[in-house]
Amino acid sequence: MTTLTIAKALNAGLRRALEADPKVVLAGQDIGKLGGVFRVTEGLQKDFGEARVIDSPLAESGIVGTAVGMALRGYRPVCEMQFDGFTMPAFDQIVNQVAKFHFRSGGRINIPMVIRIPYGGGIGAVEHHSESPEAYFCHTAGLKAVAVSNADDAYWMIQQAVASADPVIFFEPKRRYHERGEVDVAGDPQPLHSAKIIKEGSDLTLLAYGPMVKVCTDAAGAAEDEGRSLEVIDLRTLSPLDMATITRSAEKTGRVVVVHEAAGNLGLGAEIAARITEKCFYSLEAPVLRVTGFDLPYPASRLEDEYLPDLDRVLDAVDRSLAY
Amino acid sequence: MSELSGLAGPRAGAQADVDYVQLLTPEGVRVENDAYEFTGDDEQIAGFYRDMVLTRRFDTEATALQRQGELGLWASCLGQEAAQIGSGRALGPQDHVFPSYREHGVARCLDVDPVEVLGLFRGVDQGGWDVVGSRLNLYTVVIGAQTLHATGYAMGLERDGLVGTGDPERDAAVVAYLGDGATSQGDVSEAFVFSASYNAPVVFFCQNNQWAISEPIERQSKIPLFKRSSGFGIPGVRVDGNDVLATFAVTSKALEQARSGSGPSFIEAYTYRMGAHTTSDDPTKYRLADEVEHWRLRDPIARVKVYLARSGGVTQSFFDDVDAEADDLAADIRKRCLDLPDPALVDAFDQVYAEQTPYLVEQQATYTAYLNSFEVDGPESGDGVR
Repeated sequence: MTTLTIAKALNAGLRRALEADPKVVLAGQDIGKLGGVFRVTEGLQKDFGEARVIDSPLAESGIVGTAVGMALRGYRPVCEMQFDGFTMPAFDQIVNQVAKFHFRSGGRINIPMVIRIPYGGGIGAVEHHSESPEAYFCHTAGLKAVAVSNADDAYWMIQQAVASADPVIFFEPKRRYHERGEVDVAGDPQPLHSAKIIKEGSDLTLLAYGPMVKVCTDAAGAAEDEGRSLEVIDLRTLSPLDMATITRSAEKTGRVVVVHEAAGNLGLGAEIAARITEKCFYSLEAPVLRVTGFDLPYPASRLEDEYLPDLDRVLDAVDRSLAY
Repeated sequence: MSELSGLAGPRAGAQADVDYVQLLTPEGVRVENDAYEFTGDDEQIAGFYRDMVLTRRFDTEATALQRQGELGLWASCLGQEAAQIGSGRALGPQDHVFPSYREHGVARCLDVDPVEVLGLFRGVDQGGWDVVGSRLNLYTVVIGAQTLHATGYAMGLERDGLVGTGDPERDAAVVAYLGDGATSQGDVSEAFVFSASYNAPVVFFCQNNQWAISEPIERQSKIPLFKRSSGFGIPGVRVDGNDVLATFAVTSKALEQARSGSGPSFIEAYTYRMGAHTTSDDPTKYRLADEVEHWRLRDPIARVKVYLARSGGVTQSFFDDVDAEADDLAADIRKRCLDLPDPALVDAFDQVYAEQTPYLVEQQATYTAYLNSFEVDGPESGDGVR
């Protein structure tokens, strides 16, 4: 066991991936000497060289598009998008190219690529630096998507994503980069595309991922003081969803609240609510509720604390669910 | 050219080994150029000096405000004052500007209140100034996107019959500001293609400040940037970006040509980012102090001061007055920045669409009721939502 921040755990995981497979390459803006704007790749170019840790020109579509070509040549590229909003210039490459190569080739071609996206708000940034674009990518067949919430998952899931034969969009909770946690480097990680029950409970299930997991565990702690037993599940995998874990919990508690920073309209919560309704209808005591960002463009930073789901809004939804 | 303008710096390479348009040396000496001439008088040069000093003071104050937690972030334009003031003062009354996010000196030239620029970085809005009235489009953070907007706006001017009429009160053009890093973006290449194809009246003004965060210009281009545009059929020129007379002269000519219907052009203002990329950046991790010192000797303001003092155009009291004005500006900006009112999230629901949707109205009402529930009951957790 060792204690690392999420950023350092990602760094250690990437280092191990680079050591394990000479075909692993990293690409992104400022990831070399600077170590990335969040220092996730710090020291890696120095140790693995400029051919494997590539400081890319300032062109996101170019980063992803050339990574497709390298993947076709047998490499395993790990692309860094500097911020969530800057993923969009690469949207065509990700959605039209990365996602579809395997399908178009009748399964003959794999694109074993990881696209890392520091995502979400809470850092007081200017526009395009605080967004949660996961729904676009979960909606796209051919892509897989995961989100990490803690250092141990960061360490293991980045390695599992690199090892995946499919393209994985890898969401990193940028406001939690510096939060520390235990990392079991000798451990036996659970499968990449599986959810994890963080806290067991019997009255209601909170589903969250990435930066919202902490908000939900805090909410569960506060609810416990009022005699309410909340189960908290860290989804970890956003596409595919681990429906077995989700439905088991929904059937047990009968009440579910989904929490994410992304806007509610057609967000991940909508898909989860629909599937729970389809699979667990007779077990439900209340409709599946959502606590999400509002259906606004991400606002100026002085408003973000109010925009982002917080303890109070989660507890408010818990109250509403329990009132049914 | 002077000894200092030889450009053989500590990191000189293919990018630096090129002659450029210079009309005022780093030592403050006026020099001739075959193609470009500064025809203004010393009073105009004194005006440039004042603009640059006030821009720098604004920039320094903004950095201080960020350090004190009053801004979320600041993108400094330190060292790029001549590029911005020279090009900004070349704008005519009908011209429009599409900036990146560091054009604080250009904003000054278009009479945008500096506190409105600070609003974006303080996080009370995402661009509070009057875009139509000021002719300064909103800052654009996604790199290079604005070059296409500028091109489309220029295509609109052309369709509106505001290009090539010969009437100086009518003819207009557009300046798109971009950085060296932006030239790698597909959008910028597409802007070159569209503007050339439609002969759009747009001037691409690229401030090559040598660094895209940690990546030197060599990462973006093997050839000097001003040569890039010619492959698209757009003439390019490199100008000493720290020489306000040269940036003024070169931009003035490019704008005249664009207004007259001669089409797009590209200006590479060769300058240097003296500070960090933004206040979130630490340039000591990737560049040498020697390089910064090299450029400090080419300061855009110092050379104008030397020239003005020598030319006899102004007296010491002029410099003293500008310094005093800068102090007043800084104090005024600081006060008004701290007084900027925080917005309310409930109001943001009215800003999303020109024609409001029922769903958003409902969401706004639900949220308002939620907020009101605290006023009645008090927040459950000690740190309520507002």
